[in-house]
Amino acid sequence: MKYAYYPGCSAHSTARDMHESSLAVAGALGIELAEIKGWTCCGASAAHQTDRTLAASLAAANLVLAKEMGLDMVVNCAACYNRSKTANYEVSNSAAMRESVGRMLGQPYDGSVAVRHFVEVLVKDIGAAKLHKSFQQSLNGLKVACYYGCYLVRPPEVTHFDDPENPTILENLVEAMGGESLDWPGKVDCCGGGLNLTRTDITVQCSGAIIDMAQAAGADCITVACPMCQTSLDLRQKDIEKATGKSYNMPIVYITQLLGLCLDISPKELGLDRLMVMPAAVTKAIGTKA
Amino acid sequence: MTIRIRKQSAGDSLIRIVEKKAEVSLNRCYQCKKCSVGCPVADQTKSPPSEIIRRLQLGAGEELLKTDLIWTCLSCETCYARCPNEINFAAVIDALRSMALEKGVSKPKGNPPLFNRLFLNTVKTFGRAYDLQMIILYKIRTGKILPDTEKFPAMIKKGKMALLPPSGADKRKVRRIFSRMPQNKGTTK
Repeated sequence: MKYAYYPGCSAHSTARDMHESSLAVAGALGIELAEIKGWTCCGASAAHQTDRTLAASLAAANLVLAKEMGLDMVVNCAACYNRSKTANYEVSNSAAMRESVGRMLGQPYDGSVAVRHFVEVLVKDIGAAKLHKSFQQSLNGLKVACYYGCYLVRPPEVTHFDDPENPTILENLVEAMGGESLDWPGKVDCCGGGLNLTRTDITVQCSGAIIDMAQAAGADCITVACPMCQTSLDLRQKDIEKATGKSYNMPIVYITQLLGLCLDISPKELGLDRLMVMPAAVTKAIGTKA
Repeated sequence: MTIRIRKQSAGDSLIRIVEKKAEVSLNRCYQCKKCSVGCPVADQTKSPPSEIIRRLQLGAGEELLKTDLIWTCLSCETCYARCPNEINFAAVIDALRSMALEKGVSKPKGNPPLFNRLFLNTVKTFGRAYDLQMIILYKIRTGKILPDTEKFPAMIKKGKMALLPPSGADKRKVRRIFSRMPQNKGTTK
């Protein structure tokens, strides 16, 4: 099982732990992630807020490289996933965009490379049964609020990730690991991450509402698959506590970190020590599978 | 509620330009307001999504480019996902952003356009985003030096803030893309 792997810029900064835990999980499950040589930034929000053609071209530059490798492109960062899929969508559906992007890149691109989130690979290509068999440890009833945010599920005609209002991919993984996935209302709300630096007040308000809801549902932790969400909920948690006067101490862990723990990979290798809110509740719950 | 607009005096009406740029048909909107109900920043904006569409339908002119939602919109796309008429309002906002940048009319709180330019500048230079440079320059340019600095030591210690610029990207390819943008749009000072 081999894929062209696009780490995304955050893999070497704010989401080093997401990158490390994904590579460790892939290794344990025999998934080969071949990093795309010379990959470049997908353009993120800054590009699409500036110019549509620029955004599509920056994302397509990497899709062209994946196409040359003849492999599906696997992406970890939900934002890169969304931008790459949007580029595919626009190039496939508009001849004018296809021509503009071809001119910007200096080579044609037809929008044909399949873009997959690493979680989709785990669920669809490996499958729940094999995953379950591979787990050596269990979450032992850990109460987990699964949080998807925006980029994985919207717009549904572009991402096709899961149900846009009530996705359950992460819940299924948590249940397979022996955790208790909670029914809670915040899972596709926006964390406000797009304005994290420029309008921190908005990020604090959006992310605060999410942590509030998860806490009210009785969560021991929130699990995420997007570095923007992780940063807003984890790195900003102290600012949220200051704004609301409440105390949360809510660990925000990547789904790949939970999977790694159940695959008996060391917390260090999964980058757990890089989290701002220490996931003591998580590591305490982990125990040998019954 | 009364909506007051100032009509465009000359040239193509704003709605036509927006519809063309965003590839949407705004006449399909029947004001069910699902977009505004789902919008995470609707409570702190003067004109929520459905009202922006109504203003465009009524013939609003360029004064709409100063509306605050253009730069408080989080691009979460809840509006688009929930629209019964499949109007891509996120693309409408992107079209308005692009026009606001061209006309240089926006001076939004927190200056997200500056953040975007600094972000894209690092991409143009290194082929990938370089958070540290972007953050330092953003702080200098906005004068907001202190906020978040208390987080830096832990971020650096935990490896969540790279000190050195990113390496390994095909910079030539990225520069080619930027050089083909009209007037280097997006990364000028």
